[in-house]
Amino acid sequence: MMDADDRQIHDRSPGVEERESGAGVLTYTVGLVLALVATIASFVVSQTHLLWPPGVTVGLVVLAIAQIGVHLVFFLHLGSGPDNTNNILALAFGLLVVFLIITGSLWIIANLTANMPLLPVQ
Amino acid sequence: MAAVISSGFSTGVERADGAGPAPVRVVVAYGFWLFILSDIVMFSGLFAAYAVLSDNAAGGPTGRELFDLQKVFIETFCLLLSSYTCGLGALAAEWRKLKHFLIYAALTFSLGAAFLYIEFSEFAGMVSQGAGPTRSAFLSAFFTLVGAHGAHVTIGLLWLIYLVAQIVIKGLRPAVLRRLLCFSLFWHALDIIWIGVFTLVYLMGKQ
Amino acid sequence: MLGKLSWEAIPFNEPLPMISMGVVLAVILVVLAVVTFKGWWSYLWREWLTSVDHKRIGVMYVILGLVMLLRGFSDAIMMRTQQAIAVGAAQGYLPPEHYDQVFTAHGTIMIFFVAMPFVIGLMNFAVPLQIGARDVAFPVLNSISFWLTAAGALLINLSLVIGNFARTGWMGYPPLSELAFSPGVGVDYYLWSLQIAGIGTLLTGVNFVTTILKLRAPGMRLLRMPVFCWTSLAANLLIVAAFPILTATFVMLLLDRYVGMHFFTNNAGGNQMMYVNLFWAWGHPEVYILILPLFGVFSEVIATFSGKSLFSYRSMVWATMGICVLSFMVWLHHFFTMGAGADVNAFFGIMSTIIAVPTGVKVFNWLFTMFRGQIVFSTPMLFSIGFIVTFVIGGLTGVLLAVPPVDFVLHNSVFLVAHFHNVIIGGVVFGSIAGYNYWFPKAFGFTLDERLGKASFWCWLIGFYLAFTPLYILGMLGMTRRLQHIPDPNWQPLLLVAEAGAVVIFCGILCQLAQLYVSIRTRERRRDPSGDPWNGRTLEWSTSSPPPAYNFAALPRVEAIDAFWQLKEKAGGRPAPAEYQSVEMPRNSPIGFITSFFMVVTGFALVWHIWWMVICSLIAVVTMILVHGWSENRHYEIPASEIAQIETARPDPGGRAWQRS
Repeated sequence: MMDADDRQIHDRSPGVEERESGAGVLTYTVGLVLALVATIASFVVSQTHLLWPPGVTVGLVVLAIAQIGVHLVFFLHLGSGPDNTNNILALAFGLLVVFLIITGSLWIIANLTANMPLLPVQ
Repeated sequence: MAAVISSGFSTGVERADGAGPAPVRVVVAYGFWLFILSDIVMFSGLFAAYAVLSDNAAGGPTGRELFDLQKVFIETFCLLLSSYTCGLGALAAEWRKLKHFLIYAALTFSLGAAFLYIEFSEFAGMVSQGAGPTRSAFLSAFFTLVGAHGAHVTIGLLWLIYLVAQIVIKGLRPAVLRRLLCFSLFWHALDIIWIGVFTLVYLMGKQ
Repeated sequence: MLGKLSWEAIPFNEPLPMISMGVVLAVILVVLAVVTFKGWWSYLWREWLTSVDHKRIGVMYVILGLVMLLRGFSDAIMMRTQQAIAVGAAQGYLPPEHYDQVFTAHGTIMIFFVAMPFVIGLMNFAVPLQIGARDVAFPVLNSISFWLTAAGALLINLSLVIGNFARTGWMGYPPLSELAFSPGVGVDYYLWSLQIAGIGTLLTGVNFVTTILKLRAPGMRLLRMPVFCWTSLAANLLIVAAFPILTATFVMLLLDRYVGMHFFTNNAGGNQMMYVNLFWAWGHPEVYILILPLFGVFSEVIATFSGKSLFSYRSMVWATMGICVLSFMVWLHHFFTMGAGADVNAFFGIMSTIIAVPTGVKVFNWLFTMFRGQIVFSTPMLFSIGFIVTFVIGGLTGVLLAVPPVDFVLHNSVFLVAHFHNVIIGGVVFGSIAGYNYWFPKAFGFTLDERLGKASFWCWLIGFYLAFTPLYILGMLGMTRRLQHIPDPNWQPLLLVAEAGAVVIFCGILCQLAQLYVSIRTRERRRDPSGDPWNGRTLEWSTSSPPPAYNFAALPRVEAIDAFWQLKEKAGGRPAPAEYQSVEMPRNSPIGFITSFFMVVTGFALVWHIWWMVICSLIAVVTMILVHGWSENRHYEIPASEIAQIETARPDPGGRAWQRS
């Protein structure tokens, strides 16, 4: 029995989609402002003594993650609707892998270097 | 029925698991999103190498000596703004406003080109000081990571020219709009990677 | 003008490569002559070389895998022979500089150009059919992926006669792989052929994750998908997440070699351990990319030939996705001995032991599936049973090696070699052959000869144990891997047994070749008009054999797991549709073939530093992409009348009306 789904495949063109209400100029503008704030904050945090010095690294990482989140939500429209589940799962898996590679490598190489320091510079 | 295409992922239509094959636009956008994630994983390999090698300056110039944070701030501002104009351009295309789209595309291009100009002059300056990529492991990692990002931006700009040509000649057809959607995903992802670069390479390097 | 290339690159004075090249060239010329005289060029071009049909691409991948198996296996038997005779005073027939290329080529070819093509070929053929789709999400990209893989294979084969191959082992560790210690072209051949093939593989990963998540038939919720599709999903997710790491790592090594950078050099701050670390961060997920789809094949085969549905579908799914995630958390076990501290080694050792658990769950599920089933001991089922026994043993030795103190004794001994061959042959090879026998009738309309299939099974099984059990013992006696000369004459008896095993495996391969030949010759006897020779459970068996280009006239509506079994159970079948609809299909495209041709030229030119050729061929590639990127007329319509004709012409033995719906 044919139905709307099958006809859609035969069409091979974008299906009927309603305008996504969030994707307006306001969304992008808010995203821009937030990202700018985070960027300026990063530069300030790293170059001044606003944050307790040992905490600067953590602060920069937090600001970077926040800004990436702003990009994902306001520019890439990653939302929480059911259609987005696959997008978010893929992103989560990707981020897990990125986290494992970077922190894993740092931990492993630091450990190796502590046990077997490299030769002095030639 | 007018097929209105949103400039983001969500199509606004609820598609439950088991609803059958998704429309082409959703399929293309998801596939490209996966490709971008794979590109981000590739960058993470380069980031990991940089993180591990950033202290291996082999007695040569270090990040603290070389990095000019003023230029980095301007670069960051340019790229971020270009992401914004790219988004506005995508909206204009969605609303079939060709002239507006072309203006935003031109702005995106100019800002991206400005970013590349500053980055290239930074690289050239470092090389002329004897701080080229073959000087030390730190510099190899720096030039490769930041250079890979710059190469992606370059490809993006060339892609943008190609897309604008298609839009001008063929009009804002569904297939062309899908390609524009992919470009937008790409361009925003490059800005996301740049956030990682300026934070981990420049800001932390200058501490 | 021609970079580093000169006539000296061709080893005229070395008989082995010259003879091999002669044989290969002769075979190629014969094939080309036959194709020309029979006028098959337009058919080949239209139906295969430019095809974007996942079924055709799947078959081509499997053919590539089979052909490269011959090359990879020749390397194996050369190594076994050298090790069997080069004991004590004898020097054997392969000098070290050749032996090193042989073991490097063996590993590289077997993993990248035998196992991967086989796995990707089976996924290509079966996944869209199993999920009730007409093709993959990006058919043209699929064709490009195949031809890029073939391009990589061609480049590696060129290294046999023009220049030489790497001598570093298939992992290519620096500093040996750096310019200072490998100044020749060998490592460059290795790096460029893998980078090119790697692009193809990455695109496949993107393609199949999208296909499985976005193109399932109506009603086929994720938890109604065949287990083969779940394992394919997991494997392709791993491809998308892991292959870029290899790309980045090889880029860094290439930059060291071509530009003089210092990622992994001995001087200027390079860190070779970072290469090992990043390589294996890719390398461990890679072995799961290889095995997971074959776990899926076994799930399908065991269920079908036990006449029962798979035991505990949900735990299978959980186990699969658990393995997918865990596979990214164990990679250090490949270099326990590199010098990390006890805490790091312990963490990865524990994680490596944990990852064995989901696999154990799967094994029990297969056993429980067989329990009280009506077992048919067909060739695929024999390979599945052989797999269960062999893979469990291999897995046990793996868990043993996962204990760091044990690994300190056994790392890089032939015990390790025996372990990974145990799991790869027991798992990947047996699974590939099982899948090949299982889906062959779907692809070609007739089954393979059973007697020769069973003969090949026994040869592979016995041959494997003969070839590798001695290596377990020798490993514990202290024999390291990759030895060109055997210092201890006491090891020779065991090495001779291993050589015998390799010969028996060779008989197994011969049986498979004979099976193919005989099956084609006597195909009318084993034709299967029903499309369902095994009384299958999944949707691919509802199509004709071979399926039409469009797979399904009407997309099936799925209501349960084992969708086809459900259709059959509802006796009386479904009525044929009141009317057939026309179907839009993707057009064939030459872009895959042509792009890959130019990528072979690019790769070759990069290896030999012929810069003008690099630029020219890259311009050609970019031009192809731009031309294709401009086009829009990428589909054609199959009219409803033609579909009706094809569907009503299907033989319908026993009135099984479920074929038409």
